[in-house]
Amino acid sequence: MVKSELKYSKDHEWVLVDGNKVKIGISDHAQEALGDVVFVELPEEGDEVTANESFGTVESVKAVSDVYSPVSGKVVEINEALLDSPELINSDPYGEGWMIVVELDDASQLDELMSAEEYEAFLKEEE
Amino acid sequence: MGELKKTPLNQVHRALGAKMVDFGGWDMPVQYSGIIEEHKAVRTKAGLFDVSHMGEIRVKGPDALKFLQKMLSNDVSKVKTYQIQYNILCLPSGGVVDDLLVHKENDNDYLLVVNASNTDKDFKWFLEHKEDEDVEIIDESPETGQIAIQGPLAESILQKLTDVNLADIKFYRYTYGQVDGVKCLISRTGYTGEDGFEVYCPQEKTVQLWNKLLEVGGDNILPCGLGARDTLRFEAKLPLYGHEMSEEITPLEAGLGRFVALDKEEDFIGKSALKAQKEAGVPRKVVGIEMLERGIPRAGYAVKKDGKEIGFITTGSYAPSLDKNLGLVLIDSAHADIGTELTVSIRNKDVKAQIVPTPFYKR
Repeated sequence: MVKSELKYSKDHEWVLVDGNKVKIGISDHAQEALGDVVFVELPEEGDEVTANESFGTVESVKAVSDVYSPVSGKVVEINEALLDSPELINSDPYGEGWMIVVELDDASQLDELMSAEEYEAFLKEEE
Repeated sequence: MGELKKTPLNQVHRALGAKMVDFGGWDMPVQYSGIIEEHKAVRTKAGLFDVSHMGEIRVKGPDALKFLQKMLSNDVSKVKTYQIQYNILCLPSGGVVDDLLVHKENDNDYLLVVNASNTDKDFKWFLEHKEDEDVEIIDESPETGQIAIQGPLAESILQKLTDVNLADIKFYRYTYGQVDGVKCLISRTGYTGEDGFEVYCPQEKTVQLWNKLLEVGGDNILPCGLGARDTLRFEAKLPLYGHEMSEEITPLEAGLGRFVALDKEEDFIGKSALKAQKEAGVPRKVVGIEMLERGIPRAGYAVKKDGKEIGFITTGSYAPSLDKNLGLVLIDSAHADIGTELTVSIRNKDVKAQIVPTPFYKR
């Protein structure tokens, strides 16, 4: 499932734009590929994140995966609910399973990301 | 790397929507509906596993016992007909070639069940060490299918398909009988820490038995992949070759001393090294840890005490039945007491953990 109002990265993160802030999570495709998520590690508020660099970790029963930031900026909010309920990433990847909110350094970087349609095409190609 | 090997159930797994992985050269299902759901099904109801990749090696002939006593660590002379014995194949160094189950058919015929990815290595090892013994060593793996049905409801589900009175088969015993009209070897064994059976059948009957077991099990059974098999055996502290024991980790270090018959008359490969290790004091041992801080220990992570490395994780995971992050550690014996606090290096951070009693889960 791909949500039309979001933008996507090649590393399977989604971005919801709200002014100069963006909310970030992993796509339905990514959570499906991971399987049951049992542990999440997030940055702290105030940390800087850099586009295409790891900002956190998601662990399923079997695997440890880095989560790559689709944008550069400052973390202004994290989803603390994930620390106790990592399974929200499986049950509601585009809603309650969001990971962090980042204040953008530069809004033009969003142009690098894919639209929902482009992401869908990208998924087909990856198959 | 050649093409992956496939069990007779390969297409069935795909049709069930399994996620497939390369497991030691085999194309195997790691999960169907989800590892946690499958794990819990085995603990509360029943799970069905394709274990057709396991190897079956038959040793028969007048010198079968003599040959096995030379090759294996445990005392095979103590096994009765239709009884099963856990056993270890050692290197001269005391390290482990493989761990396996010995099924005694009669005084001159034994069926060994070995780890899938070690089958070729074991078979070669047996042939290389056959001297003047009058034995035949036969790899029956390609002709043999194997399905494990595990969990508290395993007996009642399997019973629907067989006239054999399953209640008569005690733990680590087996018999032959018809399952859904197919002649099978039925053993009360498993690798999950639950009650259950392993059913060996002609490979061309594997799909029939699999489908029939799912059908008669109905809502009480789930197909389970290697992911759940690993978390289940881990909670029960059942060792996995390449993790808790290996060519570099002896059975004494792995805590498998009761399967090493140092007192048996015959010399077996590795005996003198293991005897020496026991007399000198076993330097490392496998213990269980529970994380005290946030983090999941994973195989290979370093374990430290006061900043000094004293061991490493052999298996680590979120444990679904206990809802805890747990690990098995091969640790310096001097720091192996229950209650000892230590740290696990997770992504360059030292995260606190504590040694706890094992097995983590007991039914």
